[in-house]
Amino acid sequence: MAYTEEELKKELETKEYEYGFYTDIESDTLPVGLNEDIVRAISKKKNEPEWMTEWRLEAFRIWSEMVEPEWANVKYTKPDFQKISYYSAPKKKPQYDSLDEVDPELLDTFNKLGISLEEQKKLAGVAVDVVMDSVSVATTFKKTLAEKGIIFCSISEAIKEHPDLVKKYLGTVVPRTDNFYAALNSAVFSDGSFCYIPKGVRCPMELSTYFRINQAGTGQFERTLVIADKESYVSYLEGCTAPMRDENQLHAAVVELIALDDAEIKYSTVQNWFPGNKEGKGGVYNFVTKRGLCEKNSKISWTQVETGSAVTWKYPSCILKGDNSIGEFYSIAVTNNWQQADTGTKMIHLGKNTKSTIISKGISAGQSQNSYRGLVQINRRATNARNFSQCDSLLMGNKCGAHTFPYIEAKNKTAQIEHEATTSKIGEDQIFYCNQRGIDTEKAIALIVNGFSKEVLNKLPMEFAVEAQKLLEISLEGSVG
Amino acid sequence: MLKIENLHASVEDKEILKGINLEVKPGEVHAIMGPNGSGKSTLSSVIAGNEDFEITKGAIYYEGENIEELAPEERAHKGIFLSFQYPVEIPGVSVTNFMKTAINETRKARGMEEMRANEMLKQIREKAEMLDIDRKFLSRSLNEGFSGGEKKRNEIFQMAMLDPKLAILDETDSGLDIDALKIVANGVNRLKRADNAVVVITHYQRLLEYIVPDYVHVLLNGKIVKSGGKELALQLEEKGYDWIKQEHAV
Repeated sequence: MAYTEEELKKELETKEYEYGFYTDIESDTLPVGLNEDIVRAISKKKNEPEWMTEWRLEAFRIWSEMVEPEWANVKYTKPDFQKISYYSAPKKKPQYDSLDEVDPELLDTFNKLGISLEEQKKLAGVAVDVVMDSVSVATTFKKTLAEKGIIFCSISEAIKEHPDLVKKYLGTVVPRTDNFYAALNSAVFSDGSFCYIPKGVRCPMELSTYFRINQAGTGQFERTLVIADKESYVSYLEGCTAPMRDENQLHAAVVELIALDDAEIKYSTVQNWFPGNKEGKGGVYNFVTKRGLCEKNSKISWTQVETGSAVTWKYPSCILKGDNSIGEFYSIAVTNNWQQADTGTKMIHLGKNTKSTIISKGISAGQSQNSYRGLVQINRRATNARNFSQCDSLLMGNKCGAHTFPYIEAKNKTAQIEHEATTSKIGEDQIFYCNQRGIDTEKAIALIVNGFSKEVLNKLPMEFAVEAQKLLEISLEGSVG
Repeated sequence: MLKIENLHASVEDKEILKGINLEVKPGEVHAIMGPNGSGKSTLSSVIAGNEDFEITKGAIYYEGENIEELAPEERAHKGIFLSFQYPVEIPGVSVTNFMKTAINETRKARGMEEMRANEMLKQIREKAEMLDIDRKFLSRSLNEGFSGGEKKRNEIFQMAMLDPKLAILDETDSGLDIDALKIVANGVNRLKRADNAVVVITHYQRLLEYIVPDYVHVLLNGKIVKSGGKELALQLEEKGYDWIKQEHAV
């Protein structure tokens, strides 16, 4: 990418000057650093109730005593947590009058992804003149959801409007003490999403559709809480295939899912944060804690396509607490240039007859390092637990690395655990074969990579699978030459 | 159509082709025969543009154009097809999807629009039938877990779909039982027209009973040492290669 973070930042700044946004932003940004006063100030700015402020403060105290973990197979300069500003006013995106003014490279990517013109405008921060349209669509969605009793709002709103639900579930799956970044997130989370599906309700739409229209921007410390009450179903999609050019270097999100008896949650992620440039400069540190709790007969399915970020540290997990519950993890992680990813899952089997499936596809190119790290734990009482894991790595070139760290702990003799792993390289013979059929090398790689990732791509909601497929192509452009 | 002049080619500084001369005209079928290691597969790779091989001397002209600088996919776009001796596997990519990509990339390069889905399906159905290919086969991953015979049949299926001007069949008969051999040969014969040409590379005469060549060339130690009509193949079948080796004292 010719466009660096710095240049973007500079452009953002000048645009803000131009339109007189600067002072607004200045007045709404807290000073850098982190202490109890800052945590209090964040809570106050968001008009949170006292219990929430206390909850954050406790998280801050926990965090202060923790050290940043070092066990992941990644190398980076640790962020200076006292040099970050933990609260900014909602981000002001550059405003353009038409798409003609937007960085053509960005538009080119949008087009390759097949994103509609209207959405392009929204994503690039162009003043949308057909606002009426998307507003009405959004209103229709809201109405449909409300009719079913589904709550879908920002976490800030939920704290105020649905305090009982938030109090009951926040921090129950990912406790504040869980890890360094989860504690940090709990203390300073800026915003995020809240979703509650009432008993017996099947959410009638992919929540992504709504999400993409309404919440183009995401925060630095995002907090998501999804609760599927008994016998309910929801499919939720976060992220966007469009490149997110964010000036925040550190992203530490927490996602908690709760599937009560007989409920099902399908949670899909497409992550395409700025990966840094070809020399490995810049890029986002993505340190995320995602975990779901399964009660009796319930199911949680995580699907992720991770192509962005300079450093990724992420293990969407399932605690299979209820008998007969099911956990699934389907992942594609692409690293190119100097990217590093340490990602995988934890399947904790507590209940009887619990089942888990792990399909992980790692694709490494350039000088990148791609690690799968997964834990399958069968506890003493989990009779007849079953797990199937498959970890496949695809290497491009001779300078990248693929690593697999599977951990298996079985404390019950009836457990059945299968683990399969393969490592392959895109062969010159495969490329020549495609070439001979008229397919050029870039397209050949895309074809081979898509074939390799197919099992996981198939798990994505339809409309997103196509975009994700194109995203894989774009992420690997220029990786062979 | 194809004219090869004094072609020398090496791999990793080892000279394999040592001065090949060959001319193939539209409508003709040529057979290139020779013992193992004589350079048969190298010749097909060099014509197709495999960059593992370096042309050190001589030239390859295709429809009057020197194609040395053309990438393999550009040669394919111009109508050169190679049926591989060892077709590669591409897991997760179905035969149909692969074919669709190949056809549309070729059409794009020729400035044509993508083939319409119903036209594509019609073609696939026709050609699969011609080669007695089960339709289920088309949704399987390309060459993955295919038997030797299935792989070769799949190569000829692709040839039928892409309709090349110049088809080079590299050891297409190896791994085929007699029934499959007949089906494949029959397919090739039905694709034969006055404006296209086939070069059959083979070790044995067996395939040439079904795909009857106009010319037979014997490749030995990187050179064509003998050329003749189809009766030459029979002679080779009968006497082996030793008498030619002796004649040329290699």
